Amino acid sequence: MKLYFEKLMIIFNREFTGYFRTPLASIFLLVFLALSAGMTFFMGQFFQRGQADLNSFFVWHPWLFLVLMPAIGMRLWAEERKSGTIELLMTLPVTNSQLVLGKFLASWFFTLLAIIMTIPIWITVNYLGEPDNGVIFISYLGSWLMAGCFLSLTSCLSMLTKNQVIAFIVSTISCFIMVMAGFGLVLASVRSWAPLWFTEVIQSFSFLSHFKRIQYGVLDLTTFIFFISMIMICISINIFLVQLKKAD
Amino acid sequence: MKLLEAKNLYKSFGNIDAVSDISISLNVGEVIGFLGPNGAGKSTTMKMLTGFLEADSGSIEIKKFDLSKDPINAKSIIGYLPEGAPSYSDMTVKSFLFFVGKMRGLTDELLEKRLEIMLKDINLYEVQNQIIETLSKGYKRRVGIAQALIHDPNILILDEPTDGLDPNQKFEMRKLIKSISKNKGIIISTHILEEVEAVCSRTIIISSGKVLLNKDTKDILKNKKENLDSIFRKITK
Repeated sequence: MKLYFEKLMIIFNREFTGYFRTPLASIFLLVFLALSAGMTFFMGQFFQRGQADLNSFFVWHPWLFLVLMPAIGMRLWAEERKSGTIELLMTLPVTNSQLVLGKFLASWFFTLLAIIMTIPIWITVNYLGEPDNGVIFISYLGSWLMAGCFLSLTSCLSMLTKNQVIAFIVSTISCFIMVMAGFGLVLASVRSWAPLWFTEVIQSFSFLSHFKRIQYGVLDLTTFIFFISMIMICISINIFLVQLKKAD
Repeated sequence: MKLLEAKNLYKSFGNIDAVSDISISLNVGEVIGFLGPNGAGKSTTMKMLTGFLEADSGSIEIKKFDLSKDPINAKSIIGYLPEGAPSYSDMTVKSFLFFVGKMRGLTDELLEKRLEIMLKDINLYEVQNQIIETLSKGYKRRVGIAQALIHDPNILILDEPTDGLDPNQKFEMRKLIKSISKNKGIIISTHILEEVEAVCSRTIIISSGKVLLNKDTKDILKNKKENLDSIFRKITK
């Protein structure tokens, strides 16, 4: 077991530091911080609302992540397949699950770093008023879990192609579908022809519906279980796809 | 001592039989030259021997480990240079070799020693801190060889190790292979017949996924009427 995590950590370290070996990390962090701050203060009207909370910050996260997470995750497997390093990697004494988990966790913790860098907004709202810090903490946690869902889905899809651009587009569309599944317009259009249970199933798969609950401070266990299950399902499919598609 | 025993390997991709009934055994001190025209199934066979591809049928035993049942232990004995010598181009030579060494389970102390030996023996000293992307083709190939040798494996499988090297580098590479072959088993796939004559103790020629010749190189070269070149052309036509 110790050896399993040792190898996993070696993969994790290579991937995590890999973000910083290229301009990708700085560009991503800069874009993420600029967009999240811009959306919070200008589009979310943080000051005009006059409320000591971070709703106007978190409300944009599903939309930000739907583009930015595929940008982070598109290279995870597509690049390995394109450059042929997958052959090198898979002839090392390592299991597919160590590879998939190591890569996924590296991208997920890189996202955590980006999320942590937004903490000055949290400090600002505490300076201006008396927000419910418990709600904000839960929202941060929910936001990171949702990012994990987007990333695990992207990692999975990145195994299906050698082209990073295709991986990005397909992942963005898939993430968009996962977000939109809970959108009123989509649910209304499904409700018009499908039975109620089907509409509920679609809604239950929506990242947006689950994230909204967390965002309003509802510490809903089913929502956390949903996000963690989604990540685990995508990782399992990813492990299967690595075995299936490695030599294609 | 037998290091590798592959029996009756079959592999097909859709309707195409890439490998049909190939059996190979490799002993300590042996260097096998794996020859064949393009698309003969050389790389597919090597990919199966290293555990990258699973054979449709047949068995591969690496020392005492069955490759399909105990892939982790079996893979740890093999050093492999895939075709084209792929490596992580954004890493420096040293950090890449360090990464592979750690993945191979070497301790920090042993890895430092092995790194020193690799950088010296494979002439990578002056580029050790250079990003792999910026290296010439010859250096990239040497980095590939170094990663395959970092854990001092018993079995070395090299897919076209001298492809893209200049004559001096080819000579150096052959010298290196000869020098390390005493206590290892090596399989080299190549298109260069003189390379086989220079370094390989046994020659295997395959075509359309089948073994056409499996003979000691010495015995082939004894025949004054035919050389390896004419034999290759005759049997792979």
